[in-house]
Amino acid sequence: MINTSEILQTINMIDHQKLDVRTITMGISLFSCATDDERALAVRIYDLITRRAENLVKVGREIESEFGVPIVNKRISVTPVALVTGAIRHPIVVARALDRAAKETGVDFIGGYSALVQKGMTAADRRLIESIPEALSETDYMCSSVNVGSTRAGINMDAVRMMGETVKATAARTADRGGFGCAKLVVFCNAVEDNPFMAGAFHGPGEGDCAVSVGVSGPGVVKVALEAVKGQPFDVVAETVKRTAFHITRVGQLVAMEASKRLNVPFGIVDLSLAPTPAVGDSVAAILEEMGLEVCGAHGTTAALALLNDAVKKGGVMASSHVGGLSGAFIPLSEDIGMIQAAERGALSLEKLEAMTCVCSVGLDMIAVPGDTPAETVAAIIADEAAIGMVNNKTTAVRIIPAPGTKVGDSVEFGGLLGRAPVIPVRQYDSSAFIHRGGRIPAPLHSLKN
Amino acid sequence: MNEMKKAVISILGTDRKGIIASVTRILYEHDVNILDISQTIVAGLFNMILIADISSEQCSFEQLKNSLADEARRLDVQIRIQRSEIFEAMHQI
Repeated sequence: MINTSEILQTINMIDHQKLDVRTITMGISLFSCATDDERALAVRIYDLITRRAENLVKVGREIESEFGVPIVNKRISVTPVALVTGAIRHPIVVARALDRAAKETGVDFIGGYSALVQKGMTAADRRLIESIPEALSETDYMCSSVNVGSTRAGINMDAVRMMGETVKATAARTADRGGFGCAKLVVFCNAVEDNPFMAGAFHGPGEGDCAVSVGVSGPGVVKVALEAVKGQPFDVVAETVKRTAFHITRVGQLVAMEASKRLNVPFGIVDLSLAPTPAVGDSVAAILEEMGLEVCGAHGTTAALALLNDAVKKGGVMASSHVGGLSGAFIPLSEDIGMIQAAERGALSLEKLEAMTCVCSVGLDMIAVPGDTPAETVAAIIADEAAIGMVNNKTTAVRIIPAPGTKVGDSVEFGGLLGRAPVIPVRQYDSSAFIHRGGRIPAPLHSLKN
Repeated sequence: MNEMKKAVISILGTDRKGIIASVTRILYEHDVNILDISQTIVAGLFNMILIADISSEQCSFEQLKNSLADEARRLDVQIRIQRSEIFEAMHQI
């Protein structure tokens, strides 16, 4: 029998420490929709998604009500769209269909307007990438991602150059909203196929027809747990994070199993990430500061993050039958009040963030840079980040917003979970000759594992 | 026979007459059997946790939750009902 103190502990985590399930994400395969008729393709995709995800939001709300744990978002991810648009000329018709399907089903986001071009680019991949700025400016809920590198394939530098231009064009087309389109566009290296988190979610080609995955959250719970072990050695810190991550992930596993049962869709994975929000008390930066740093970005931050990221995985992996996705600690700049404040104090630079991405679960996330940053510089930032992912055998990503008309010290407000991004400086040196070489950076030696 | 569905009902507020009476009356009206009750009053703050069997076909979780929410407003206390699985998942292996 459960005892009173355990019940009160759980209620306290939900009420005061912002424990929540960040997302229930339904992955839907679009392979069965493929056809060379543009209109028919859009109709089939819309019909399939609205049928499969008909009850997703309703079931999410029921679970939230019965178990008393907030489920912040309900989302859909689909097969990378470039894989089903090989026989049509205008992939944007699918973008419109996805957005309409998101609105009809009532979900918060739909992801998968994506291409996997780590080694080469088909004509369909190229058409899709070229349509991204228009697609993101025309739609409200749709997210897009492109995988430009992997440990096995190396880095496709032609794709990197194109993505620098795509990010800039997307910012220009959504200039009236501070370049908001870029907040829905991620450039990956080593993208995972079952990530439930946006903007990078897609339902990988190796997945089945449909699966439901859950992304947990809970930085506030970890921060409060660490307050109880002030001044104690790192062994104690790691143990405390592990225990807390275990509790949080068990909630995610329960919600995932319940959603799978009620939707009659196979359970995919639990992504045991610590995902911050701009709310006070829901910050990953605050955990790092609780470990003894004056501010996130001080020397020692990378080591603190490495411990946190690893302990979260170790604690969470025992709590779920299938762990996947990105699983670790997220460090999105605009979505974490501690990170925002650190950047505004000048404690957190792009260079320090880059170092932190070597040990966190993803990469340079939700970072606003001056509007006049050249496309080649954006591409070079992507190349650096992809290199970190490729060499370290991990997922890295870039979600960068060259917010039109802004300069260092300004701030871009996106609202909701996306928060507020302080505009931080980039290096002024020119990388264009490097970016215009094109070709591929070969895969590292340790890719040859067979 | 189906496995028993259990709920944890937690009540927090200033102590006053009739809290237990009102809540248990609502549970009775929804055909809910009470399995366990624990109650503490510290410095006038009333804290009760009640574990209940909600398996009955006459018991709709949504309706029960709404009735308890109405009663919470009337009594000016916090009443929360949650399926017990969330606590079992978090604290039991």
